[in-house]
Amino acid sequence: MRPPLSWIVAIARFLYEFIVGDDWTMAASVAIGLVLSALLNANHIAAWWLIPVIVVLMLGISLRRASGRQR
Amino acid sequence: MTGVVAVLITTFLASAVEAIEMVTIVVGVGATRGWRSTLIGAASGFGVLAMVVVVLGAALSQVPIGPLRLIVGALLLTFGLQWFRKGIMRVAARGLAGIGGQDPHETAEWTGPGMDWTAWFLSFKGVVLEGLEVAFIVVTFGAGSNQLGAAVVGGVGALVIIGAIGFSLHQTVRRIPRSLLQLIVGVLLSTFGSFWAIEGLGIEWPGGDAAIPGLLVLYAATALTYITLERNRALGLRPAA
Repeated sequence: MRPPLSWIVAIARFLYEFIVGDDWTMAASVAIGLVLSALLNANHIAAWWLIPVIVVLMLGISLRRASGRQR
Repeated sequence: MTGVVAVLITTFLASAVEAIEMVTIVVGVGATRGWRSTLIGAASGFGVLAMVVVVLGAALSQVPIGPLRLIVGALLLTFGLQWFRKGIMRVAARGLAGIGGQDPHETAEWTGPGMDWTAWFLSFKGVVLEGLEVAFIVVTFGAGSNQLGAAVVGGVGALVIIGAIGFSLHQTVRRIPRSLLQLIVGVLLSTFGSFWAIEGLGIEWPGGDAAIPGLLVLYAATALTYITLERNRALGLRPAA
């Protein structure tokens, strides 16, 4: 791969590592959670609780997966 | 509206987490390769970080507060969850231990003439790479709370204090429980990230700003629970059926 394409790929890879990190499912859950919260709110259903629930659940799932990998 | 104290504490702690490693690198390079080039490298690195804060801060100040809170909240939550998760794993594995490692003063000093570009580059790289996360947190947190000045003061304050400790008491800086600090910052970023992202969607929290301490308690309790579970798992213990 030649510049400037290789630079764009390198920057994209850096941003991905920086923001998303080593477990993409956590970032995906936050994104899905925000979309669902917006949909619930648009239908006049209380949605403030959804993101905290996702945070607690996804942390547990991610930690369990990480400790499974370490074994 | 997020109080100035909350902004100061969060950015101070976030900056302290990265400053520990940054100062360890700079002190290590300075002790082995000589101080002049190392300090010039560190100063160049801080120059780059200052530019990142100014450019990113100016860009974010143009975004209206509603969409800004959604963007900043989502970014802080995603980023904060990384530190939250790493903090739990590291505190569960190592407790309150510092970063450890070899004493930089155990190796001989390099005494070549002129500018030592290796020292300059190592120091510059250490400051930029470790400081980029701090710059990101300072700008996004400052923009989200509409208190960029306080966020910068918190971030710079931690760098100055950890730097002073690092240069005067070389061993002490590596005994600071970095994993615990990382966990605390992860909890704080996740708290404010959750709050702002939901607010940015136009959703009202029950009790308004009073929801922030509630989220903080929930996430802190989550951290304690998962640390206990991780420790039990590492010891091969299973909860009673």
